[in-house]
Amino acid sequence: MKLRFEVDGDEFVLAGEASSKLKKVLMQLGISSQLIRKIAIAMYEAEINMVIHANGGFIDAEITPDKVFVSLSDTGPGIPDIELAMKEGYSTASDKVRELGFGAGMGLPNMKRYTDDMKVTSEVGKGTTVELTVFIS
Amino acid sequence: MEEYFHSVTLQEDKCIGCTDCIKRCPTEAIRVRHGKARIINERCIDCGLCIRVCRSHAKKAITDPLACIGKYAYKVAIPAPTLYAQFKDVLDINIILTGLKRIGFDEVFEVAKAAEMVTKESAKIIKSQTMKRPIISSACPVIVRLIQIRFPSLIDNILSVMSPMEVAARTIKAKLALQGMDPSSIGVFFISPCAAKATNAKNPLGFEESHVDGVISMRDIYMSLLPVLRSIEHPEVLRLSTEKGIGWAAKGGEGHCLGIDNSISVDGIENVIKILEKVENGKLEDVDFIEGLACIGGCVGGPLTVENSFVAKNYLSKIAKYTKNNSAKIDIYLSDIQVDLTWSKEIISKPVLTLDQDMIKAIQKLEELEKIYERLPQINCGSCGAPTCRSLAEDIVREQANIEDCIFMLREKVRKMAQEMVELSQKLPPSISSRDKK
Repeated sequence: MKLRFEVDGDEFVLAGEASSKLKKVLMQLGISSQLIRKIAIAMYEAEINMVIHANGGFIDAEITPDKVFVSLSDTGPGIPDIELAMKEGYSTASDKVRELGFGAGMGLPNMKRYTDDMKVTSEVGKGTTVELTVFIS
Repeated sequence: MEEYFHSVTLQEDKCIGCTDCIKRCPTEAIRVRHGKARIINERCIDCGLCIRVCRSHAKKAITDPLACIGKYAYKVAIPAPTLYAQFKDVLDINIILTGLKRIGFDEVFEVAKAAEMVTKESAKIIKSQTMKRPIISSACPVIVRLIQIRFPSLIDNILSVMSPMEVAARTIKAKLALQGMDPSSIGVFFISPCAAKATNAKNPLGFEESHVDGVISMRDIYMSLLPVLRSIEHPEVLRLSTEKGIGWAAKGGEGHCLGIDNSISVDGIENVIKILEKVENGKLEDVDFIEGLACIGGCVGGPLTVENSFVAKNYLSKIAKYTKNNSAKIDIYLSDIQVDLTWSKEIISKPVLTLDQDMIKAIQKLEELEKIYERLPQINCGSCGAPTCRSLAEDIVREQANIEDCIFMLREKVRKMAQEMVELSQKLPPSISSRDKK
């Protein structure tokens, strides 16, 4: 089962729509609520990041009986030092974004915490792809 | 699926089969079939929104008639504090409580008092730091059922304390038992602003059996009570509650009573859904307590109330003020009455949205659903009887509807068939001469 969502980078308030839709789909598939919550939290963080840093992008989700795989790709500025970005509390968010309650530097660490596998590939000036996997046991 | 009682039901003869209710139902639990609305029982959470929006008044909450109290030798009324806010210029609760005794009840026990008992127990649990944050109030039964169906991952966040209605029933029964009364002779009746409470008295959440023997609609009792109230000059002193318990009737009352500052109080089921989405996304873990109420304004906005929610809120504030300063109160000693307020039964998720128990089949059905949805006009007109094109697609894969139920799809099919007919009509057998063809 493959699904594609477009994330609009201009509308900050719409961020989270794709996660909401995927959540509904996962419920229809009968995936346990604990797993859905993990996926929801990780994907929501990633989706917000796409809007804040990269002006939106595309989300591809693939669901098979053994795992949920979500790939989020943008053509934003890219992450120069992924290792640094993965550190808790490290943030490059603007004051405006922080005022909205985001940008605490927990986005990427949270994605890692709530998934079984997480891969970030990025090229400065080209964009970033975040791949999240949660296994269904 | 086990037999499940619902308070909200349809009066077939009044239903005209329009789309008003199907469009507003927060759990997409209604379909129009054969010209009449059909409630999908396992999806209905008894929020009563359909009762409110139906212009033909075809949706009704099943409650018990006042006459049914006659079945019991000793009749106890347990009024929700919302009842106090239904009468203009009645500021002393004792008048209303006395009125209940005049219309046939032997005793009254205020749910507002029970709310204060619930508050104490809740505060203990919240303080103990054993529960996941944010803790979600269990006071509104609609919200608990909503979580079961749409937000099962939040079940562990629900405060596992009985509702004030249940605590009131248990407390008064325990008190009367101590006085030596035969339990089978006692009938305890909740005076309700809400359909979901009627459901809860029959199918409780969090414990096996409710001690409430009947639920009477506030609307039904209003007409009996109103003329009596006007004639009461010297009311009995029956009040047990304070303004805090009374405040539970409106939004924010529970949180205020608990004294928790770091809380969210949200009313209106659509707003509650938005907040629960945020909780599920892990965005509100820094909040201690969430009070979610399905009705606008809280219980004063319940579907079985008489007075408008906002006007009732005004009355309630006046009553609370009067109660604090003027109204007489009795202090009964409840300390020797032991009632366990915590839930004894786990709340389980109700996976009514799942397409198939077998995940491989569920995936196939979902792929099919997406394909069907792509073909549909996606304007959510509701003419097929389902609230949205997506829900029609879902009904089709569940084999409960056909794609031709969509009038646009049907029209397209008819046009194609008509075209084929025209083409066919032009194809004459070669045996017919060209002269005839003309």
